[in-house]
Amino acid sequence: MSDTMQPVSISPRPAPARSSRPSIDAAAARQAIRAAEVALLDERRQLTAEELDVLAHVPDESVPSLAALAHEVRLGSCGPEVEVEGILSVKTGGCPEDCHFCSQSASFDTPVKATPFLDTDEVLAAARETAELGASEFCIVLAIKGPDERTMDRIMELVPIIREDTGLNLAVSAGILTDDQARRMAEGGVHRYNHNLETARSHFSKVVTTHSWEDRQHTCELVRQNGMELCCGVLLGMGESVDQRLELLSELRAVEPTEVPINFLNPRPGTPLADAPVVGALEAIRWIAMFRLALPTVILRYAGGREITLRELQALGMTSGINALIVGNYLTTLGRTPTEDLQMLEDLHMPIGVLSKVI
Amino acid sequence: MSDVSNSAGSTDSTGSTGSALHCTSCGRPSSECAGCGRELDPPRFCATCGTRLAVRVSPAGYIGRCKHHGEVARS
Repeated sequence: MSDTMQPVSISPRPAPARSSRPSIDAAAARQAIRAAEVALLDERRQLTAEELDVLAHVPDESVPSLAALAHEVRLGSCGPEVEVEGILSVKTGGCPEDCHFCSQSASFDTPVKATPFLDTDEVLAAARETAELGASEFCIVLAIKGPDERTMDRIMELVPIIREDTGLNLAVSAGILTDDQARRMAEGGVHRYNHNLETARSHFSKVVTTHSWEDRQHTCELVRQNGMELCCGVLLGMGESVDQRLELLSELRAVEPTEVPINFLNPRPGTPLADAPVVGALEAIRWIAMFRLALPTVILRYAGGREITLRELQALGMTSGINALIVGNYLTTLGRTPTEDLQMLEDLHMPIGVLSKVI
Repeated sequence: MSDVSNSAGSTDSTGSTGSALHCTSCGRPSSECAGCGRELDPPRFCATCGTRLAVRVSPAGYIGRCKHHGEVARS
């Protein structure tokens, strides 16, 4: 591009992640993408850390080729179906943890007011809304460090009620678990447990100080050991570098998730990350593709922040490796309308389906 | 997003207010804030009294309740 024809910049402060080395050139990018195609589609092997490192450094003009390969890998590994999920914050705010991105932490003065555990009827109403939208999964989320006995009882009371009433698979996100709690959840019918790594181990202490990355990793292990599917997500855009995103990919592989929700930071007023720059749209597409290429068989879910980061390019994410989405609103913020998402899937000829990790 | 009705007039989810006395995003008097809300945030403060709302967000909507004025926002 000539120096007189720069792209117009009208979005709020998008900022690329820092990298320890420059982009490779277009010829090297074509070669790296072709090599990745052979590895993933012909040899059916995982890409190495070195191969992923090269792919993370293709120039912007090669991102569509990277995305096209990721889409092909997704179709080959998981099929065309898209899993749709609804989520609900059943206990909002007042969280003792200090996750710097979160408006529900009691450590920060945010507009979100703490509210107690919702009544069963309120939870059931939201689950029915979710089922009516064509979803197969419903996740109840609690802003807590981990469940106490009373909270465990409430969760275990809700799970069969919702499942029997709506037919939805139930997922739970209730923080750090003990082995006994993980066992009880599995026995009680919790299909999938969400516990995000959020960011790379080397970056975690810059984002959370009240618990460790290892605490999170341990709960992830307990979830799998007790027979639940592990949903282990990430939040991109918290100041992590390209190297740290690659580190995170490696760490995710190690915890063997069934599902990986990709969130992009939506800076929340009152939090330490309130003024952080958002992830740019093309960078988001690059990293969606990178996650698919690193984790070919996982359920890769569009989650929070996509409306802010991708705006009109959300359909492009669906052809860059995504095969699941959260429909409608999030925990404390709003999403675009379910009709828009369902129309997008119809336009892309992507049927709604129930997915599990391909082993 | 859908309109929200309240006793002081109407507001949308961006926090812009019609005849509201308070910004529904930050709670400050309308004379000090003309609406600082972001597009995808539900109302967080009562447009009438500026009190922080208890907001329940669900997949297809939201409800905001004020301890003084009851339900003041719904979508």
